[in-house]
Amino acid sequence: MNDELRELYQQVILDHNKSPRNFRVIEHANHHSEGYNPLCGDRIDVFIDVEEGIVKDISFQGSGCAISKASASLMSSTVKGKTVDEAEKLFEKFHSLITGKADGDPEELGKLAVFAGVRDFPARVKCASLAWHTMINALKKEKDVVTTE
Amino acid sequence: MNLKTVSPKNKIDTYDVEKIRRDFPVLLQKVHGQKLCYLDNAATTQKPRSVIDAVSRYYETINSNVHRGVHSLSEMATQAYEDSRTTVKNFINAASEKEIIFTRGTTEAINLVAHSYGKINLKEGDEVLITNMEHHSNIVPWQLICEEKNAKLKVVPVNNDGELIFEEFEKQLNERTKIVSVVYVSNSLGTINPVKKIIDKAHSFGIPVLLDGAQAIQHLKIDVQELDCDFFAFSGHKIYGPTGIGVLYGREKLLESMPPYMGGGDMISKVTFEKTTYNELPHKFEAGTPHISGAIGLAEALRYINKIGIKKISAYEKEILNYAASSLLQVNGLKVIGQAKEKSSVISFVFDNIHPHDVGTFLDFEGIAVRTGHHCTQPLMDRFNIPATTRASFALYNTKEEVDILVNGLKKVLEVFN
Repeated sequence: MNDELRELYQQVILDHNKSPRNFRVIEHANHHSEGYNPLCGDRIDVFIDVEEGIVKDISFQGSGCAISKASASLMSSTVKGKTVDEAEKLFEKFHSLITGKADGDPEELGKLAVFAGVRDFPARVKCASLAWHTMINALKKEKDVVTTE
Repeated sequence: MNLKTVSPKNKIDTYDVEKIRRDFPVLLQKVHGQKLCYLDNAATTQKPRSVIDAVSRYYETINSNVHRGVHSLSEMATQAYEDSRTTVKNFINAASEKEIIFTRGTTEAINLVAHSYGKINLKEGDEVLITNMEHHSNIVPWQLICEEKNAKLKVVPVNNDGELIFEEFEKQLNERTKIVSVVYVSNSLGTINPVKKIIDKAHSFGIPVLLDGAQAIQHLKIDVQELDCDFFAFSGHKIYGPTGIGVLYGREKLLESMPPYMGGGDMISKVTFEKTTYNELPHKFEAGTPHISGAIGLAEALRYINKIGIKKISAYEKEILNYAASSLLQVNGLKVIGQAKEKSSVISFVFDNIHPHDVGTFLDFEGIAVRTGHHCTQPLMDRFNIPATTRASFALYNTKEEVDILVNGLKKVLEVFN
């Protein structure tokens, strides 16, 4: 396999694609959003249970390419247990990594660092970020409700 | 029996694909260090040297505006532009140049008909009939005008093989149907629709038919008078011509009855602030400075096709399609979407556990260009309950060797994912 391609499709990504973590529905989740990539027709549902500002549980459902599925899977396992603020900050760092704006701190990003190869494939940035955008949107929705109450 | 036409050896003798390939400079390129294997022809085709040269020559020698200058260059440009119209007219055997309107492409041609024909012919409760396999460009223009007029957009379903269910088409035709707009060849599945039957049936109700010919013009012999269609739309770039130029053929009587689509220069005969009289056909529908070099490039592309012969091209592409269909059977788990009996050289396929985008990225590294996604036919993807497919579409310059490269590339993808 070509090096650039191997960098994109790392073993961790292939593994999460094959057996995605948290690939389920959370009944009665207090946050939910649907993400859609009109370019490729991929859809994703992200379910989040937030308790006292902490992501207690997070899951997803949907169809997508290996990059988008692995990204959703790794996102869910990374974010679980973190505060909402931490999750949002992590997205910013992840986004900088996949768009090549920053190398990213391996300690902060943990396993998410495997997505560094995406920067060489501009057409695939949306695949890697779809789950994250959907998660942020789901979290914001609840915030909106909170501020109006 | 004429042995010359049935002998496989003769087929090769009379169709020199290697010679044809040399006419297309882009095909000599390498991608990721591999020989380019361009199988995305349903999206756009590559351009032969003669087309590229014709466009350059226009800008180098006679570039000027058409239909208004008295100077020599303008006269030559006008002549070249109008000659291109005649070439198009002859290519599809229209009755007159008045029936050939240059547009930006198929999309603009369909929008023109939807808005102009729809404006005067659709009213509340009327129906427009399309099919489940339309490209978005033959859905959305009709949705827009139907919404405006409170008319209904009706859809003829397709069967599991990706063929139109003709009985359903017949059932849906009624006195409220004001136009039938149907794709000749499906861009996603390659299905060739029985358009002659569709036209005859619609005409028996007095209903005009628009054919979206974007995927037909480069593969099949088109004779609009024999088809008896009322409108025929196609794009130049899908038949080896430039982008940004397309054609709407319309029956003269219908075009005469329709109001202009856009207002501006060239489409008028006299303008005062009180009233404007419109120019005659086809200029009534060509507002503004047209894509002159595009029309010239398109005419050159049609001459290129004529030199080889569209029927010969058709037969050769059929051979490639059949070879691809049987070769792809060797790829484990590959499922072809669209098994119509009548097909043009398009093969769409899916794997259970590998997404088309991953397939596309891996193939790209083998130098293979295929299309992955919904191909602007989301309702059709929904019909087959899939988000997307990988699509290989073949043109007059593709070879059996390239089919083999595709098959090997797919086998490599399987090794990684399984």
